[in-house]
Amino acid sequence: MSDTATRPAPPAPPKSTGVAVTTAIWWRRALPMAALYAVSLGIALTLAALLVMMTGASPWSAVEALYEGSLASPAAIGLSLDKAAPLLIVALGTCIAARAGLFNIGQEGQLLIGAAVFTTIALFMPGPGPLVLIVALIGGALGGAFWAGIAAVLYFWRGIPVVITTLLLVYISAQVVFYSVSQSWWLQEHLPTGGVMAPQSDLLPEDRWLPHFGEYPGLNFASTIVIALVLTVIVTVMLRRSTWGFRLRMLGMNRSAARRAGVSALVFGGTALLLSGAFAGFAGAAMVGGGNHRMQPGISENSGWDGLLVALVARENPVLAVPVAIFFGMLRAGGGFLASTGVPRYIVDVVTAILVLAVVFPPAFRLYQRQIATRRQAKALAAATSGAAA
Amino acid sequence: MIESIALILASTMRLATPLAFAAAGEYIAERAGMINISIEAMMLGGAFSAVWGATLTGSPVLGLVFGMLAGLLIGFIHANFSHRLTVNTYVVGLTLNLLVLGLTSFLLDVMDLSQAQVSKFAIPILSDLPLVGDALFNQRWPAYLLWILIPGIWYAMYRTRWGLNMRAIGENPSAVDATGIDVLKRQRFALLIVGVLSGLGGAYLSVGEVGLFNQNMTAARGYVVIAAVIFGGWSLKGTMIGCLVFGAADAMRLALPALGVTLNAQLLIASPYILAILAMVLFAKSNRAPGSYGRPFVRGVV
Repeated sequence: MSDTATRPAPPAPPKSTGVAVTTAIWWRRALPMAALYAVSLGIALTLAALLVMMTGASPWSAVEALYEGSLASPAAIGLSLDKAAPLLIVALGTCIAARAGLFNIGQEGQLLIGAAVFTTIALFMPGPGPLVLIVALIGGALGGAFWAGIAAVLYFWRGIPVVITTLLLVYISAQVVFYSVSQSWWLQEHLPTGGVMAPQSDLLPEDRWLPHFGEYPGLNFASTIVIALVLTVIVTVMLRRSTWGFRLRMLGMNRSAARRAGVSALVFGGTALLLSGAFAGFAGAAMVGGGNHRMQPGISENSGWDGLLVALVARENPVLAVPVAIFFGMLRAGGGFLASTGVPRYIVDVVTAILVLAVVFPPAFRLYQRQIATRRQAKALAAATSGAAA
Repeated sequence: MIESIALILASTMRLATPLAFAAAGEYIAERAGMINISIEAMMLGGAFSAVWGATLTGSPVLGLVFGMLAGLLIGFIHANFSHRLTVNTYVVGLTLNLLVLGLTSFLLDVMDLSQAQVSKFAIPILSDLPLVGDALFNQRWPAYLLWILIPGIWYAMYRTRWGLNMRAIGENPSAVDATGIDVLKRQRFALLIVGVLSGLGGAYLSVGEVGLFNQNMTAARGYVVIAAVIFGGWSLKGTMIGCLVFGAADAMRLALPALGVTLNAQLLIASPYILAILAMVLFAKSNRAPGSYGRPFVRGVV
């Protein structure tokens, strides 16, 4: 029995006779993928439209409201950018941890702690405004890093999964933050009249706000988005071009190979976790300093969770995270306008989550199809060889 | 004094029961090597669907069935995304959690849900026992299902070939794969079981104990369930003790103010989560974890 008789002929290698052919091949590969994405996103949007129709409103009016709130005026565009900035910062941190193969999903908690630390420093530290602002921002990042550090310590010391600790810490942090704004010795608001005090902090002095560009009716936004974009460049370069980034990737891809090459999981994995916490904490600090200018328990509006989703949709690629974050920011900005249509704003959360599933589905499905095809070929081959042997 | 102890015991049992249903399922999944964070979505979805189903049909019992089906559906989606396609299981789990949280909040705003509650069933004579009688033998009737469910799961996991295979998958999936068993298919099946049982746990919370649905009703109980399994050192007995401990923490939270002990409100609310972390630190020995705990199975990768 000869090999040549039984084995199916290998597909002829593509003839590279010119650019046209290469382009054609590229299209042949890209088209089914594009179609898959179209179908998958289409199903997601249909589901969202059905939900909107349940409320009696027309999906079109919901889209109009979203457009109104996110793009229709310069001020709306500024709001979208303001909403996108913290998401992007959180997503950048997530990218770093994911490169190291660690799954920090407690950004929401790290963000809240960062915001609380920032407010505490900005309210209590004496000194010139800009200096205090910088110290407070760094403090916020350190707060977030500390909160992620708890999970890191428990993981490397006791082997407790990071996933669980970071999740549980989110719910603890919410109570810590609520405690901080309901204690008069800490962050709770001081009213001159001595009236009923809301669970929120005093307004920060104006010289401790993050710089703001533009005026209200026109395009205006906090400098957070600028910082976020600068951070994106730094993270991208560090992950792609530095030795540190290479080692991080090595650790994420193959832990034992990394160990043999002298990359310590404790040092690099631990740093990655702390950094992702620091980014989330910084995002929280920037939300107080650039947005509300005071600490409130509900300040995050799920930014930690959604920032994580941004990273997932962007496939943990910091550059891709920019457009995704801006899109999610637009959804959030537009969500405020939904009230007028009678559609509960929770629809934004639903749409965001469905979109994540719709985006992760196509590549995974293609991979699955390929696996099935390979398995079928292997079976056919086995059947052919055993037939020939008999 | 005796009376307040009996009260705390009764409320411990009430709060531990939803956890126990979900933990029984999560136990199987964890023994098969998975950490299934979408359990939160399953419980919350189950809680909502149970009230919704009870409103639709007028029967709280059918509501329980709705809850189980909702959990099953979420388990099905999760299983197919993570254990048929190869999407990271935490990505799928987290997204499902946020999806179900958003969806149930949305639907709660849109729909009119009525109150519905399954009835209590006091076992004669036994329920008159001092101290434990009320806690153990005067519960909503679905709670008694645990008396069948838990021995059943123990038997399935330790006395059947199926259970042996499940545990082997958790320890060394490649070895199981080499014997010709479809590892991913078994893991998908385990996720469906988690879905049904967690859906029932959530449903028990809503149409069992409370009688209605609140926004984010489960409030991270799913994660506490995972902590219970880790706390229990991946044994069924330990897992159930973990559920009782966390149920007791929850009960103390409600009972302490009534007993005149004043603790900070935020500390009380956070106490189950803090306790869950502390319990894992003190009792979880990582060497008792299944061999391939939390690692996805990829064929041909050792």
